[in-house]
Amino acid sequence: MGYEELLLQTAQDDERIVVMTAENRALVRNMPKNLGARFIDTGITEQTMVGMAAGLALRGRIPVVHALAPFLTMRAFEFIRTDAGIANLPIKLSGFIPGFLSDGNGPTHQAIEDISIMRGIPGMEVYCPADEDDLVKMLPHIWQTPNPAYVRINHKKGNYDHAPFEPGKAEVISEGRHITFLVHGFLLGNVLEAKEILKDEGDAAGLSVGVINMRTLKPVDEEIIINSVKNSEALVIVEDHFATGGLYSIVAETLLKHRITAPVLQIALNKWFKPGLLNEVLEFEGFTPAKIAHKVNAFYRSGTIAETFGLNK
Amino acid sequence: MTKDKLESLQSVALKVREHIIGMSTGGGCFIGASLSCVELVVYLYSEFLNIDPSNLKNPDRDYLFLSKGHDVPALYGTLGELGFIDLSRLKNHLLTNDSVYWHPNRNIPGVEFHSGSLGHLPSVAAGVALDCRLKDEPNQIVVITGDGELNEGSVWETILVANAYKLNNLTIIVDRNQFQANIRTEELVPLEPLEDKFKAFGCEVKRINGHNFMEIEEALKGIPYTGNKVNVIIADTVRGKGLPSIEAKADRWFCAFTEKETGQLMEELHGHAKAFIESETLIVR
Repeated sequence: MGYEELLLQTAQDDERIVVMTAENRALVRNMPKNLGARFIDTGITEQTMVGMAAGLALRGRIPVVHALAPFLTMRAFEFIRTDAGIANLPIKLSGFIPGFLSDGNGPTHQAIEDISIMRGIPGMEVYCPADEDDLVKMLPHIWQTPNPAYVRINHKKGNYDHAPFEPGKAEVISEGRHITFLVHGFLLGNVLEAKEILKDEGDAAGLSVGVINMRTLKPVDEEIIINSVKNSEALVIVEDHFATGGLYSIVAETLLKHRITAPVLQIALNKWFKPGLLNEVLEFEGFTPAKIAHKVNAFYRSGTIAETFGLNK
Repeated sequence: MTKDKLESLQSVALKVREHIIGMSTGGGCFIGASLSCVELVVYLYSEFLNIDPSNLKNPDRDYLFLSKGHDVPALYGTLGELGFIDLSRLKNHLLTNDSVYWHPNRNIPGVEFHSGSLGHLPSVAAGVALDCRLKDEPNQIVVITGDGELNEGSVWETILVANAYKLNNLTIIVDRNQFQANIRTEELVPLEPLEDKFKAFGCEVKRINGHNFMEIEEALKGIPYTGNKVNVIIADTVRGKGLPSIEAKADRWFCAFTEKETGQLMEELHGHAKAFIESETLIVR
């Protein structure tokens, strides 16, 4: 079952659900004929859509709100923060083409600060599914929490059969002695391939690599972050987000809170990425499996981990 | 309107103005914008809206949204006079043991939604109006906006959408007191001809004297004006109405008076000696 099918079924079972869009119908193309008046297209008006969602939520509705991730989270930011956030209304934000998924659109369409600004709103939940299977497994939870939520919508087909979604829990895909990847969103696929390369590559017998699909960035699974530091020598954090405010910052906050430190390699963006077809972008920006593996190998083999931190377990 | 009713409304309005003056000391308030919308708020709660202290959670009630927000002393004074809240709470203004401050808070019975950031509540109200429409319910949804607030594009965006959805259960009342925060609207970002602008955006528009209860009644009686348009009432008002020493003065926006001064303003309100105001003007909030 895909996103739209699940949304329709949920809306048919629950009168409180209304489906809204600022004329971005890619995810909800068949809703008008199937959902009737509970499908509300406000036109290209992200602010008004979110304000109206607040009004609908005041009347007991659960609005599932659609727009491109950058326009939803940034054009309408103050409406989200002030109307959904301050009142803590259950408005469910579905941001389409987040991160690298905006591929050829250019920087106007790049939501790579969205996690940072959404998680800064008290009460707001933030979800980053790895693929369609992951998305569909987490949506029933997202739509029934009493809080506002932001989902980095990713309905690309993946090759991984995800575990059932557990609220507040990350998904442990593998455990590793040498390094552990913490990753969210569609880059999980590339990280899984990078792991295979790292297993075989190098002058030693290859690396023992853990991979964690974070799934929920807020509230984050603190335990899995702490365990990853304890169980492996270093962390590698991979995300299609600016270097500030995303998963790397979340991990830093978590480790500081628990008075833990660790060697960490950050693979993220420092500026808007070069637009192009997705595979071209990944190559140019250094996020292909091979380039991720190369960076990790160089980081691990540089010796800084053991020398600096004395963690040569 | 009978003479008795008119006198009763005027009497409530006078008391609300006293409460507003009371809130303009000890930290102050946005007194001018509060005084300009007193008759509107008093009439809506007393005569027009199906809202009373017993039905505040009832989905059948009507809704009033105060979009400009900083006029909230007019609302709290009215809610106090009409028994929604205990009048003693007004003395908690700016104390952290209550939720009475410069902008509306939903913890106060009668406040449907917080505001203060301009240009938000037309859209929130449109969402409520749409839900009432989806359920085929007869609730009236009223929003009071400032005139300076009409600078915000989100107001106009929402009007386009609300008219697309034919929300004739939505009424926008503009408190047309002619002032932005610090300057006349027409000197900064001119709004006139304002009726034409709303009409061009698809609304049905009436323009009235916003201090005249009979004109307010007449304008509200006709709602919905047509089958399928958002109703707009442009209420021409005077910022600071009732206190000649601050009326229509650009530098009397946010005011923090001494108790001596509010004592004099109280006298002025009742037609006695004009107040002598020494407190500084143009305090930026």
